Amino acid sequence: MPALDELQKAYEASRKDKEFQRELIHLHKTYIGRPTPLYFAKRLTESLGGAKIYLKREDLAHTGAHKINNAVGQALLAKKMGKTRLIAETGAGQHGVATATGAALLGLECEIYMGSDDIVRQALNVFRMKLLGAKVNEVSIGSRTLKDAINEAMRDWTTNVGTTHYVLGTAFGPHPFPVMVRDFQSVIGKEARKQIMDAEGKLPDYLIACVGGGSNSIGLFHEFLPEDVKMIGVEAGGRGVDTGDHAARFAGGSVGVLQGTKSYLLQDEEGNVLGTHSVSAGLDYASVGPEHAYLKDTGRVQYTYANDDEALSAFELLSGTEGIIPALESSHALAEAVKFAPRLSKDKIIIVNLSGRGDKDVQHVAQIKGVSIS
Amino acid sequence: MSSRITRRFKEVLGKKGKAFIPYIMAGDPDINRTRELIRILEDCGADIIELGVPFSDPLADGPTIQKAAQRALDEGVTLKKVIEFVAESRGSTQIPVILMTYYNPVFKYGEERFVLDASAAGVDGIIVPDLPPDEAGNLIRYAKKSGLDTIFLLAPTSTNDRILKVAKASTGFIYYVPITGITGSKLALDSSIEGHIARIRSVTAKPVAVGFGISTPEEAAGISRFADGVIVGSAIVKRVEELDGELKSYLMSLRSAIK
Repeated sequence: MPALDELQKAYEASRKDKEFQRELIHLHKTYIGRPTPLYFAKRLTESLGGAKIYLKREDLAHTGAHKINNAVGQALLAKKMGKTRLIAETGAGQHGVATATGAALLGLECEIYMGSDDIVRQALNVFRMKLLGAKVNEVSIGSRTLKDAINEAMRDWTTNVGTTHYVLGTAFGPHPFPVMVRDFQSVIGKEARKQIMDAEGKLPDYLIACVGGGSNSIGLFHEFLPEDVKMIGVEAGGRGVDTGDHAARFAGGSVGVLQGTKSYLLQDEEGNVLGTHSVSAGLDYASVGPEHAYLKDTGRVQYTYANDDEALSAFELLSGTEGIIPALESSHALAEAVKFAPRLSKDKIIIVNLSGRGDKDVQHVAQIKGVSIS
Repeated sequence: MSSRITRRFKEVLGKKGKAFIPYIMAGDPDINRTRELIRILEDCGADIIELGVPFSDPLADGPTIQKAAQRALDEGVTLKKVIEFVAESRGSTQIPVILMTYYNPVFKYGEERFVLDASAAGVDGIIVPDLPPDEAGNLIRYAKKSGLDTIFLLAPTSTNDRILKVAKASTGFIYYVPITGITGSKLALDSSIEGHIARIRSVTAKPVAVGFGISTPEEAAGISRFADGVIVGSAIVKRVEELDGELKSYLMSLRSAIK
């Protein structure tokens, strides 16, 4: 609790600290490569024959995903707090890479926790983290994925709280994490708003983003919440919600408390957390950010899911029609756009958050398709 | 009327002794073994028993208790079954029993129903390590009505405000964790522990028991010089796991060290 109080105070101070904000904006421009483009996907739009689809290209941010926005923000905050060591959990490896990058940038020590199942399917990112100077700790207890990596990172933080800042990678966990991560990611929506006004002279009709913990989606949605813009969050349907092998917390879960957060949770009758499955490691998580639970309950955002095979089809479709290989996580958002866009007229506008690039997934997809590339 | 835990502390401290509070995981490796272990613990001089409830994501626990929880879950042990087990064991023992359970099973069970069922079963107190008093208003209210003690944790990093809050919310005793870390971590026996306990005592007359990281009789003896009670968990759970034939003599050596 004292660590959370300390963090909240430091975070509130940083919001008002002009120098901190100036440094962060400077890093956005010169290091992360912001603003990321808003790209009109002309051939994808034509092939679907409905609404115009724009892609917010977070895949073009440094390290290849939106995760860097939050990691650099928190790393900068940790440095101001006098911490010398960063720890983080990672599922797909993108947040681990982003945190290791932030640590290298600011000269901080770094250790990453990653489930042993994810280490296998995201081997490339494990090597990247090591190149960046981070130590990668394998978590082989529980479901051996993101949830267990968060448990271990929290245990580490409890132990080394004096020297260490825990860079939680998604809009989850105890306060102030969900708010802080959302704020660091809200640059996505702020840019997208300006960019769509420049391109179309009006706000979009729909936003679509995938929801694991929910940081890329809340980052896009936040700016548009007061506006007349509809929003769709896409969870991982895995092998199908009725099979039990999925990570669709809204479709298949109920309210619970995990890792200091009250939200929708995949759990059994006794309150034990269930194992999850998704083809994408970044969506393979039993709970979801509490602000999403609120947006679901108020009806402001509609939540749906895409199954593994739909995400894989969208992965190939975007690669072939636009020359962009999307992350498997982002492919879930694309899969919803593929289903949804043809039902809309051609004057409607959809922005899909392309939260990450798919290079990290190529080997895994090849394996699923039975193609040998080694 | 004061609770069975409070009475036990009065009794032990009145005889110039200190309380020995062993922890075991309910249902590890099965409930019959737990029944047998409770008898052994009592025979070896335990004053209060802390009974772990298995949970899928035990955030405050190190590898030893994580694995114990997994074995108990594999055995099908649930919060409900642990409560039923305590009810059944009241036929043969009246030793005070504290359940240590994470919050989600309690939340899922229903806080009010949990408190009613647990106290009817003869549970004396509860520790919910992932629930700070700030979020425990309802649970404390129900527990007070049923006479169930609520025990909260303090750590070396706790501020004076937090010490006050935890001291106020805790009944039975206050649980001081002498390390920043998880169960089964390495303890550094130094003078800071005495200072932290003195800080707690300056705001409350409630007993202070210390747990997390205590494994040897020497450590237990060192801690018991400052504390009213000593809690030993992982070191016992590990011996249970390894079917250690010396379990009884180990427990006896802890018992005689805690004074």
